[in-house]
Amino acid sequence: MKSIAFGQYYPADSPIHRMDPRAKVILTILYIVCTFLCKNVLAFAALLLSAILLDLLSKIPLRMILRSLRPLIVILTFTSLINVFMTKGEHLLTPNWQIPFWGGHIWHIQIYEEGLWNALFMILRIVVLLIGTSILLSYTTTPIALTDALERLMKPLKLIRVPVHDIAMMTTIALRFIPTLMEETQRIMNAQKARGADFTSGGLIRRAKSLLPVLIPLLVSAFNRAYELAAAMECRCYHGGKGKTKMKILHLRFGDVLAVLLVIAFGAGIVFLNRYGFYYTMK
Amino acid sequence: MAEPFIHAENLAFTYKGSGGADDIPALNGITLDIQKGEFVAILGHNGSGKSTFAKLLNLILEPTGGTLSVAGFDLSKGDLSEDDLIALRRRVGMVFQNPDNQLVATIVEDDVAFGPENLGVPMPELRERVDEALAAVGMSEFSQREPHHLSGGQKQRVAIAGILAMKPECVVFDEATAMLDPVGRKEVLDTIRRLNREDGMTVIHITHYMNEAALADRIVVLNDGAILMQGTPDEVFSRRNELRAVGLEVPQCAELIHRLREAGIPVSGQSVSSLEGCAEQILKCFAKEGRDNG
Repeated sequence: MKSIAFGQYYPADSPIHRMDPRAKVILTILYIVCTFLCKNVLAFAALLLSAILLDLLSKIPLRMILRSLRPLIVILTFTSLINVFMTKGEHLLTPNWQIPFWGGHIWHIQIYEEGLWNALFMILRIVVLLIGTSILLSYTTTPIALTDALERLMKPLKLIRVPVHDIAMMTTIALRFIPTLMEETQRIMNAQKARGADFTSGGLIRRAKSLLPVLIPLLVSAFNRAYELAAAMECRCYHGGKGKTKMKILHLRFGDVLAVLLVIAFGAGIVFLNRYGFYYTMK
Repeated sequence: MAEPFIHAENLAFTYKGSGGADDIPALNGITLDIQKGEFVAILGHNGSGKSTFAKLLNLILEPTGGTLSVAGFDLSKGDLSEDDLIALRRRVGMVFQNPDNQLVATIVEDDVAFGPENLGVPMPELRERVDEALAAVGMSEFSQREPHHLSGGQKQRVAIAGILAMKPECVVFDEATAMLDPVGRKEVLDTIRRLNREDGMTVIHITHYMNEAALADRIVVLNDGAILMQGTPDEVFSRRNELRAVGLEVPQCAELIHRLREAGIPVSGQSVSSLEGCAEQILKCFAKEGRDNG
């Protein structure tokens, strides 16, 4: 259970690890915008290249990142199928594909070239989006640094009475307990298996039902943990964000500003590349 | 004698029953003084009220009767200001049973910094405190690690460091060794003893392990929310039959001495809490026997 890769900090010494987390949050947002700006082959090629570059910079094994994409296969298949079958365009690839139904109904399968391109671009977009955000944030930023950054970036919201510190604290705790609860889930599943529970056979509904004896103990234990954690935090003088100091003080450096400027330039570059589309340009 | 660090008189606590359930009395008439620098073990089986007692000491729970004063604060009036409450909790730290449920951060040193950060300790003192606390529990080399990659004993030592970084005068260990394997338990116990012996920390160790209680200066045995007996480990363990009556077993060496005495072998002396003490007594007895028989 310790091999869960997604959303986990990967300790290494890289320029991206050393970057100010606030800069990384801004970079992530900009990078997401970039992925959505891409409209043609050139732009997507540049995007893919940037993702590979990011990975090299971050010193995170590519294998690890690819593994974290595995749970996405279902979503990726689903979106690409929808794109392939639902996109209407000009170049029909399947002029005469028909599936006859009973009662004389005929289903025309219409796949357009545009649909295939759309599907490909969609997959690229989702994959790069995930690689980018996980490299820029979850792999290279400790959750504490991340919430710290969010707390600081959202500080202006305090004026409209948004409990910024509390949100940041809750996020930290949630992140801290992901591996703990994962381990616990595995333990409960094993315990139920030892009592003869079967999680792997049957249809979707049956499988979902068989998870109930796992979820209920997990929920109960999560509440117990929450209660104990609250007591432990009180014992350590936690009383909200008031008068709290920080061990790790954030310093925005020249490199951070440069990185933000670079990504903005990259976005501008993509907008530029979008104008030179050959093959197909997304609507 | 100086004013005791902890002074409880007729202390009582009752869990309020919710939804028509009966109230459950957990502690009743506890009168106890604990001096600064003492190492006190509180012993009792499940439901004896020992954990409830611990939670009263830094006001996680509020006493429902009697008086309790800790570190000069009167906890029984229920009128402690928030600042006083924080000052109290800084001075009386607490380490709980499950190490997983005490660590808030995902990096060891960040977690140790949590307490002093809450207290508003400025840099660079904060950094020094964190490094000192990690060194005190022998976890300096793990400062950049993630807690879920550590063993139970290591996690518990990090939790102790998190308390030490607040510079407390007293640490309450609420069954802090109960979930650990023998290796982890030894790590934690060694740390506890060192804190008491070398740094003069007041230690209250709540446990149901007899062998651990034997390390303390004084043992307080709780049963059904009341003090059954208290004294040095030797005094407590020589009352083996009374302990047995409430479902507690004395350490094996104390049991051995007891059985030898029952069998009519005149093992004398009071030291029954340590292995060495017991062995010495038995040897003395044999030596004497040898002389008597010529």
